[in-house]
Amino acid sequence: MTRKRYEMGILENALPEYAVFSRLDRLISWARENSIAYLTMDLACCGVEMLQVSGGRFDIERFGSVPQVSPRHADLMIVAGTITYKMAPLLRRLYGEMPLPKYVLSMGSCSNCGGLFSWEYSYSSVSGADKIIPVDVFVPGCPPRPEAVLHGLLALRKRIASRHAAVREEAPGEWGKERAVK
Amino acid sequence: MAIVSVGPLGNHAIGPFRIRIETDGENVRSGHPEVGLLHRGIEKIAERMTWAGFVPYTDRVDYVSSVHGNLAYALAVERLAGIEVPERASRIRVIATELGRIGSHLLALGAMADVLGHRTFFMFALRERERANNLFEMLAGARLTHSYARIGGVAFDITEGFVEKTREFLEYIETKIPEYSDLLFGGDLFRERLSGLAPVSSPLAIQAGLTGPNLRASGLKRDVRKDDPYCGYERLDFGVPVGAGESGTQGDALDRVRVRLREISESSDIVRQALKGIPEGSFQSPIPRLFRAPEGEACASVESPRGTLSVYVRSSGGRGPRRVRFRAPSFSVLSLFPGILTGAQLSDVAAIVSSFDVCASEVDR
Ligand code: SF4
Repeated sequence: MTRKRYEMGILENALPEYAVFSRLDRLISWARENSIAYLTMDLACCGVEMLQVSGGRFDIERFGSVPQVSPRHADLMIVAGTITYKMAPLLRRLYGEMPLPKYVLSMGSCSNCGGLFSWEYSYSSVSGADKIIPVDVFVPGCPPRPEAVLHGLLALRKRIASRHAAVREEAPGEWGKERAVK
Repeated sequence: MAIVSVGPLGNHAIGPFRIRIETDGENVRSGHPEVGLLHRGIEKIAERMTWAGFVPYTDRVDYVSSVHGNLAYALAVERLAGIEVPERASRIRVIATELGRIGSHLLALGAMADVLGHRTFFMFALRERERANNLFEMLAGARLTHSYARIGGVAFDITEGFVEKTREFLEYIETKIPEYSDLLFGGDLFRERLSGLAPVSSPLAIQAGLTGPNLRASGLKRDVRKDDPYCGYERLDFGVPVGAGESGTQGDALDRVRVRLREISESSDIVRQALKGIPEGSFQSPIPRLFRAPEGEACASVESPRGTLSVYVRSSGGRGPRRVRFRAPSFSVLSLFPGILTGAQLSDVAAIVSSFDVCASEVDR
């Protein structure tokens, strides 16, 4: 099944079993999606649920994902919690420090749209992570169940698989400059 | 001299919490906690919410054990409006808050272990906390932010099978506590790193306004559940563990950790007693849909896992509070840090901060 999904094939009897043929970008995205180290942006309540995802019961490591506290070693940023105006520049900076290719998973209502602390209610929080960094996957909930986070991760893996990985990705560059935090 | 920033991310505190440290080689010359990274304006939001509508926000004050925030707010509003809470509701509240305390202390111990590099215990703590979360799911339908204690009672009655499941959990956790005590204090890791680290003497603890396990680790027997009982705690029989400085100085980091572990077994004892004979009756006293509290002000405190959580509410007779103020236990810990971090080793900073179990959301609100 895996082989089919990555369009990998084997030549029966011609070569040993372990010789697998594939396209280069399929191979790269196969490697990428199976080793996602995520940066734990433990910003508020959702951060506790993010901890639980790496715990024994939900065990995110079976998908090859490990928590990581250094942005330099991370592929994915899980934004878990309320982004306050004071935290927003730090979030931007940490996102900038991550090496390419990089992905963002927004976890919980607060980082999806502001949630309980959107601009209508709170004077001090940003209404959504997508106002300041590009987001790949949104996981709804307040806080989302750990299963939902896993589902989000699987959705991200699909997304990675569907990209042409061999093409060098462009840096987001000035993305979001015009949508800067007000 | 170099300036090193510990945080805002990391396991030394729950939530984003930064400490700016001026170093002198490996030694800390001074450390300044920086607050406000999680300031969400909860107290201001209260001014435009209805009385019941504000309950979900009280979850987010101390989200590791959110039922304590609910309870403090509910008690204050009940005191203000003179609402009688049925016996059954009080008893369920006791069960819920003690389960919350067990979960919170487990996370605190786990985070402490993680800071010291003891990943194994961290994983164990998460596993046990998962069981407590399951119980909350049975009770309130949510794992973390469950708005369970409401004004006048609790949100739902206990569900079928909850009592048995809770007993099972208590039995399980009670067999695990000696094992964990061995794992944490039997080996060298915790003893060598934490004994004698950042001791807080009892006068200093009082001066800084510490409460909860941090204060009790210094040898003072203060507990809101004993001194100013609420929800019928006066009818329950439980001990208040204090730090004795078995290995090291009284009130050091090891004592703070030890007190937390002992409190888990005390809490499980309380739940066991509370489960025996839950009174019959209603779980919620009738509250009008458009509830208006009379003009006035009231204050209530509960013993949250981190210390005394007090809520002050003022009403001008409207449909919502005029002012709500939280006095959170973690905030008073911060005043200790500049003094206690001076002269410490840089590698010990995260361990010291973690031993106080600071919750950033409670600090900033
Ligand atoms: S979405 Fe809900 S649980 Fe998550 S950080 Fe926001 S308020 Fe907390």
